[in-house]
Amino acid sequence: MSERINVLKTYKNYVGGQFVRSESGHTYPSVTKNGKKLTQVCRSTRKDIRDAVTAARSAQPGWASKTAFNRGQIMYRLAEMLESQRAHFIGELTLSGMSRRQATKETDASVDRFVYYAGWTDKYSQVFGSVNPVASPYFNFSNPEPVGVTAVFCHEKSPLLGTVTAVACTIAGGNSTIVIPSENFPLPALSLGEVIHASDVPAGVVNILSGYHEEVTDPLASHMDVNGLLSFKSHSEVQKRLAEHASENIKRNHHKDWEDGYEDSLESPYLMMEFMEIKTTWHPVGY
Amino acid sequence: MKPMRKDNSPEDSDKPSSPNRGFAEITARFKNYAPAPESTASIQLKEHYGHYINGQMVASEHDHGIDSINPATEEVLAKIAVGGEKEVDMAVQAAKKAGKSWRALPARERGKVLYRLARMIQERSRELAIVESMDGGKPIRESRDVDVPLVAAWFFYYAGWADKLAYAFPGRTPEPVGVCGQIIPWNFPLLMLAWKIAPALAAGNTVVLKPAETTSLTAMIFSEICQDAEVPPGVINIITGAADTGKALIHHPDVKKIAFTGSTAVGKWIQKAVAGTGKKYSLELGGKGANIIFEDAALDQAVEGVINAIFFNQGHVCCAGARLLVQESIQDQFLKKLQYRMQSLIVGDPLDKNTDIGAINSASQKSRIEGYIQTGLREGATLYQSHQSLPSKGYYCSPALFTNVSQSHTVVQEEIFGPVLTVQTFRTPTEALEKANNTPYGLSGGVWTDKGSKIFKAGSEIRAGVLWSNTFNKFDPASPFGGYKESGVGREGGLHGLYPYVNLK
Repeated sequence: MSERINVLKTYKNYVGGQFVRSESGHTYPSVTKNGKKLTQVCRSTRKDIRDAVTAARSAQPGWASKTAFNRGQIMYRLAEMLESQRAHFIGELTLSGMSRRQATKETDASVDRFVYYAGWTDKYSQVFGSVNPVASPYFNFSNPEPVGVTAVFCHEKSPLLGTVTAVACTIAGGNSTIVIPSENFPLPALSLGEVIHASDVPAGVVNILSGYHEEVTDPLASHMDVNGLLSFKSHSEVQKRLAEHASENIKRNHHKDWEDGYEDSLESPYLMMEFMEIKTTWHPVGY
Repeated sequence: MKPMRKDNSPEDSDKPSSPNRGFAEITARFKNYAPAPESTASIQLKEHYGHYINGQMVASEHDHGIDSINPATEEVLAKIAVGGEKEVDMAVQAAKKAGKSWRALPARERGKVLYRLARMIQERSRELAIVESMDGGKPIRESRDVDVPLVAAWFFYYAGWADKLAYAFPGRTPEPVGVCGQIIPWNFPLLMLAWKIAPALAAGNTVVLKPAETTSLTAMIFSEICQDAEVPPGVINIITGAADTGKALIHHPDVKKIAFTGSTAVGKWIQKAVAGTGKKYSLELGGKGANIIFEDAALDQAVEGVINAIFFNQGHVCCAGARLLVQESIQDQFLKKLQYRMQSLIVGDPLDKNTDIGAINSASQKSRIEGYIQTGLREGATLYQSHQSLPSKGYYCSPALFTNVSQSHTVVQEEIFGPVLTVQTFRTPTEALEKANNTPYGLSGGVWTDKGSKIFKAGSEIRAGVLWSNTFNKFDPASPFGGYKESGVGREGGLHGLYPYVNLK
């Protein structure tokens, strides 16, 4: 009896609601901590980044104009879809050399993180908005609005939980996002694209591209149609470069230092607010 | 029999369109107004002003000073000192030292210092208003009724926050940032000082502030008030000077936070300069606000709003409504009313209580505005300028309006920072919003309509931090202010204005 040949998955970028290869045709190997080669993944280029920004920009206004309730429902759906793929993600995480216990913990935390941010969609306006008692006959209120297109640079730790955090904290407030996941082990992040695809997140709201960080960081961080940058525990030299790119069009730039992804500060509306603008509206009051 | 027309209004129809019908006749009489200048007899300026460091007035070393010029008369009012690295360092060290005891002070006492400042500003409000108008050229009506009252109100508002900070950041504990380096522009000199100093101090920080080199005098009077109010030495420091002084402040390693109001170009430079240093920053930068007039707007009210949006403070306003977008169906009628109203604006002596538009802040700003007007003409736009007679001395500019412009015209794209309005038209709300948002800026926007649902729809689609609906250029300490996109980072005013001055634990 012949042994069954298992069918391997081709890992692709997730851009504009589609699973696409890098336009360059180039790939690089994803490797485990021990240097074992797992599979080839897309080596994204400046062109892929541009396509992703275009997709993210066109999707953003529609996503932001959905009701907060609806965004919450869709994000909760993300948690449901991820939970249903729990076994897959645990297995995939262990490929990197992670223990099954750790992989289970990270997958469960990722589901819960979607649930956490899903709950914020219809609450942050009440916590961070205000009605302002101005000293004149005007009705005046302030409410948070999304900055627009955000880009997130993940690091090598917690390859699934980091990506989920990046997606959740940016899109909950109505932004669209482009995530550059772990360079060596982007597999769970790329598989997350399938979870997002199977939920009701509109195409282009979340875009995930693998690549050498050294190659994709500058094109993405310097793109003039990106409004916010979020980086996780990067080298101080990279942080400085991101900040300099941000200054080219006054991008919001935030760096978050974390070790394992379970830090309290990663589940926080203050992290969301780094990518929200406050709009204040005035209107006269009178007959 | 048709009644005789009793006025020379430009209305074609005899049907009265507004209570202002007959206005032209009245305003024609206004033009022969009797001057009502505010007296400067009570103002005693020093010949030289030094820096305010550690509670003391300090002269600059090796310094010839800068002349502070009255833009209305071109006369020198006083000489202000130019701070170098040495003076900046002295001020930062004083602020750093004072920071320890300032944050150790019970928060309520900190608040009481701010309350005291608010009251003392109120006491000297007329003096401050007069000097503000002399030094910066803004009409006394504005400095007296807008700037200075808001300055006092700003201190009053933030004074109360000092011991209530825990309520501003649910779930977190705010801590002061440290020494704040603050750089402010010349368009609202004392008001910008208040916007910067009041929240910083309330949150437990100490500050080194650099006013603009053309408008430092009210900041120096403010430092006298600080002495009178017994603000602990070093908590507030004021260093005068120009760009190099500002650079020294930004680069100083003990400055933990930069707050800047000014041009987008300088803002970008600052964001780059602090890259990798870990310094916090908040930026209030340029703008090119769109003011959208829908056909169902109350037109006479809207005309007043447009006038206020672009001609307030000679148009030296980052959030000015500089791009007028009028619905095509009312374009002719609206423009006639607007031009007619522009004719009645009184341009002249800032100290005269009749004056609507004062002096342009400096000779260089005047030539910059004139340069833009020339560029507009060269690119084929049609200029309408009201025909006021301008004073023979001083820097003045008649209110101007450009029609026949498109998105690609320089005068539509770039911030002019003067009394120059551009007019474009639109047919549908979608077109209006597309034009309004077609700019790298995002500071302010205006919507004029009688329909509430339209206000909320257009208001939510305008990408700008402040949305004035059926009004324009209103400010209040309780109201957050700040830009989207290239108009800045962070908010000033209100609870949100505290955020740039704290680290959250």
